[in-house]
Amino acid sequence: MEDKKPKLHYPNGRGRMETIRWVLAAAGVEFEEEFLETKEQLQKLQDGNHLLFQQVPMVEIDGMKLVQTRSILHYIADKHNLFGRDLQERTLIDMYVEGTLDLLELIIMHPFLRPDDQQKEVVSMAQKAIFRYFPVFEKVLRDHGQRFLVGNQLSLADVVLLQTILALEEKIPNILASFPHLQEYSVKVSNVPTIRKFLEPGSKKKPPPDEIYVRTVYNIFMPS
Amino acid sequence: MAGKPRLHYMNARLRMEPVRWLLAAAGVEFEEQILESREDMEKLINDGSLMFQQVPMVEIDGMKLAQTRAILNYIAAKYNLYGKDIKERALIDMYSEGIADLNEMILRLPIFPPDEQDAKITQIRERTTNRYFPAFEKVLKSHGQHYLVGNRLSKADIHLVEVIYYVEEIDPSLLTNFPLLKALKTRISNLPPVKKFLQPGSQRKPPIDAKTLEEARKIFKI
Repeated sequence: MEDKKPKLHYPNGRGRMETIRWVLAAAGVEFEEEFLETKEQLQKLQDGNHLLFQQVPMVEIDGMKLVQTRSILHYIADKHNLFGRDLQERTLIDMYVEGTLDLLELIIMHPFLRPDDQQKEVVSMAQKAIFRYFPVFEKVLRDHGQRFLVGNQLSLADVVLLQTILALEEKIPNILASFPHLQEYSVKVSNVPTIRKFLEPGSKKKPPPDEIYVRTVYNIFMPS
Repeated sequence: MAGKPRLHYMNARLRMEPVRWLLAAAGVEFEEQILESREDMEKLINDGSLMFQQVPMVEIDGMKLAQTRAILNYIAAKYNLYGKDIKERALIDMYSEGIADLNEMILRLPIFPPDEQDAKITQIRERTTNRYFPAFEKVLKSHGQHYLVGNRLSKADIHLVEVIYYVEEIDPSLLTNFPLLKALKTRISNLPPVKKFLQPGSQRKPPIDAKTLEEARKIFKI
């Protein structure tokens, strides 16, 4: 059972699964994907009792059907040495990841806002990034001068932060203008071999959400 | 740094209550620094005590922990409420996250205007009865053990029992068709530290009222 590749169940787009794709890729783990395209497919997963809370993301891994993004991320991080060496490092990574996920949440929800609200929300995202989140990580990197956020080795915190930085840069290209350490960090983490591979064309990294993705999500998840 | 953990939050449940429950269930005495005004909040921010300028924050073992989940996970790990291995942790995480989703719906309920209350309560009832309670009843039925994971107490049991109490505050009948959840609630409630926490005079906070909600809006600027 442990030899099978993990199988991801989600629509063919970023959403809440993208962070999981990032972490699997960073850990060098190959995975399969079963893309949800219709409400009927979701219903089938629900009726078959494959989804503990009737929701996706769901990842079949090591004989389990894991749901809930954070539990999936933690399991992969734990298994592949991306969660620090001890409880102290683990807790730091946890805090950094939780903060970053709060910021990423704004990005995930963005395509589903009313068009009138979308531009306003980009401004709000930028403000949160620049005033609340980036200064924390800039200071961490400046203070210890190491390549990665915690314990001088790649962790879940680096993967989630890089994902978030790149997603923000798609909307706000100069978002890192005032953060020289984060700029350098972004390049260094992107050059970790497994991550570099994931950032190349042809990988399982998904493109920015478009109208087709938004429509697919509505079709699958909205009550009929 | 052998002092008691110190919780920084306002005098309300909201996002700190699961931390209070977990510490209490672990038999850990704690202190509370109660935020009473926006000025109190700004002082903490300006002190540099809040990693992302937010509460909850818990001072524990020389650290100023931020982010509710990170706080809960640290406490659980420290007091052996996080399972014995990576797979048990995954189950505990999964269950905790589902419970947190239900708790979030209940927590947010007072924020909605009066004309939306009924719809929101209906949604909570529906999710409780059709999604969350059945999932956990099934877990308990599947192994017949006294606790959700690994035949021993974990954070998942504490969080679940906490949210069962909140569901019952909305409508006690919602627990009717879930005998194993009822039994879990009784069992956990009878653990000496939990029993103590459930008694009047403990640090457990009451449901939010209009005055406290107004206070929260001011302190958190929402």
